[in-house]
Amino acid sequence: MKVTEEDILHIAALSRLKIAKEEEKNYQEELDKIISYMDILEGVDTENVPPTTYALPMENVFREDEPKDSLDRELALSNAPEVEDGYFKVPRVLEES
Amino acid sequence: MRYEAVIGLEIHSELKTNTKIFCGCKTTFGAEQNTHVCPVCLGLPGVLPTVNKKVVEFAIKAGLATNCKINEYSKFDRKNYYYPDLPKNWQTSQYDLPIAEHGYVEILVDSEKKKIGLTRIHMEEDAGKLVHSGTNIKDSASSNVDYNRTGVPLIEIVSEPDMRSAAEARAYMEKIKAILEYIDVSNCRMEEGNLRADINVSLRPVGESKLGTRTEMKNINSFKALEDAINYEIERQTEVLEDGGEIIQETRTWDPAKGITLSMRSKEDAHDYRYMPEPDLPPIVTTKEEIENYRKNLPELPDARRARLEKEYGLSEYDASIITSSREMAEYFDGVIATGADAKQAANWIMGDLSKNLNADGVTVKDSPVDAKRLGEMILLIQKGTISGKIAKQVFSEMWKNPDSPEKIVKDKGLVQITDTKAIEGIVDEVIAKNQKAVDDYKNGNKKAIGALVGQVMKASKGKANPQAVNELLAKKLG
Ligand SMILES: [Zn+2]
Repeated sequence: MKVTEEDILHIAALSRLKIAKEEEKNYQEELDKIISYMDILEGVDTENVPPTTYALPMENVFREDEPKDSLDRELALSNAPEVEDGYFKVPRVLEES
Repeated sequence: MRYEAVIGLEIHSELKTNTKIFCGCKTTFGAEQNTHVCPVCLGLPGVLPTVNKKVVEFAIKAGLATNCKINEYSKFDRKNYYYPDLPKNWQTSQYDLPIAEHGYVEILVDSEKKKIGLTRIHMEEDAGKLVHSGTNIKDSASSNVDYNRTGVPLIEIVSEPDMRSAAEARAYMEKIKAILEYIDVSNCRMEEGNLRADINVSLRPVGESKLGTRTEMKNINSFKALEDAINYEIERQTEVLEDGGEIIQETRTWDPAKGITLSMRSKEDAHDYRYMPEPDLPPIVTTKEEIENYRKNLPELPDARRARLEKEYGLSEYDASIITSSREMAEYFDGVIATGADAKQAANWIMGDLSKNLNADGVTVKDSPVDAKRLGEMILLIQKGTISGKIAKQVFSEMWKNPDSPEKIVKDKGLVQITDTKAIEGIVDEVIAKNQKAVDDYKNGNKKAIGALVGQVMKASKGKANPQAVNELLAKKLG
């Protein structure tokens, strides 16, 4: 797979990253090298191999539906850059989810 | 050109668990902002979420109750997007292996049954709530975030685009609501956002099988808004197409005050969610045996209950479907007939005076001032001939304001039906004397004329005379 400069701009936009014009080419080349390295793996025959989604052989890790104490609000808000009336305050939101 | 609407719904339903989906924070509605939050649901680094077992149980039940196939192997995925109501910058949801798939529910619209397909049901976490500083999101300099709702368990029920009108979409959503209430997995309080729908609407020329371009309206949380928004959107798209325009694929907001939908002008790539398997949550494996066990323990569902009411009590399909449309209503009906009251009468009163009064006062059947027992007792008074059906209407509206038993109300208000012939005789004589024309008509062979006379007697007795006794007495006197 070839990573293009357009891909870089798209990924940066999705990740809310600002990339300087002169850095674009560098990122494109480096990411392209990394992704191309993965192409080696494409050569392996995985026809009858189930995808490895999890590194550990675990399943059905559950908890009972029992309430636990939540954080004190002061503590919960203590790392917030801005707080107002017990809320996390955020700058202007431009788009709906 | 004539167009056909193609409608699909994504219904989000909050599950009625005590705690959130991945942490032990409480799910109680209306708590003070940011008091039901912890490192897990705030998405602080280094935390480990753990799945609430109840959520899986509830989701499997919902799948079985909507005729879905339950996936024996199911997993969670991260849906990545940036929005301040989502502290982790991804929503933990399910992508390619949802808990349930390929189901259907049946709806009844204009006495026609129709199957609506379900694509899938998946589990996910709810997002937080934004309070904007301005009147809406666009004119707000800042917003405040409450994360209490973040992590409240949801199931998302995705339909096939099988609906063709607002009425069908409404019937479908009502059916989903009824099913979730019957299996007791959600409170379904739409005004609290327990149950809300994203609607997809597109048009295509009648006879065309290819789908047209669709628009989406999110977070619709009342049946009225659902119908209004769909009808508006069908009209708007029809106009655009008839003017030779093109429908733009976009999200639109429904403005209930103005009764219109508005473009949100969202960017294309906002929907590039880059799903990836959630590495912190091991997969969910459910055996065939466990699935069968859940199936066996499902309660009676709306369709089965409707069929039973039709068969056992001879109710019409329409009446039975209205009564079984909510669990509370069906249970109320059971309560009425438990007193020994006639089932058809019970159905008539529930769908008539009871529903009318509930709607007028804006209360649900659960909080009805006239409970099932008193309505049943009142119907028994009609059956015994103590009161007429007409007087019963008076008794009913009195019961609405007054907690006394119907017997007491009938006695206190002097509403007992007069079956004593002597007491009625005086009124009958008077009516005969005053209505010479009807009497002559009757005597000249127009037997129907007696109806007018019965009516006069009933009016003069203020509805208390027994109509049958009046009829007999009049027939006798007129020879
Ligand atoms: Zn929490």
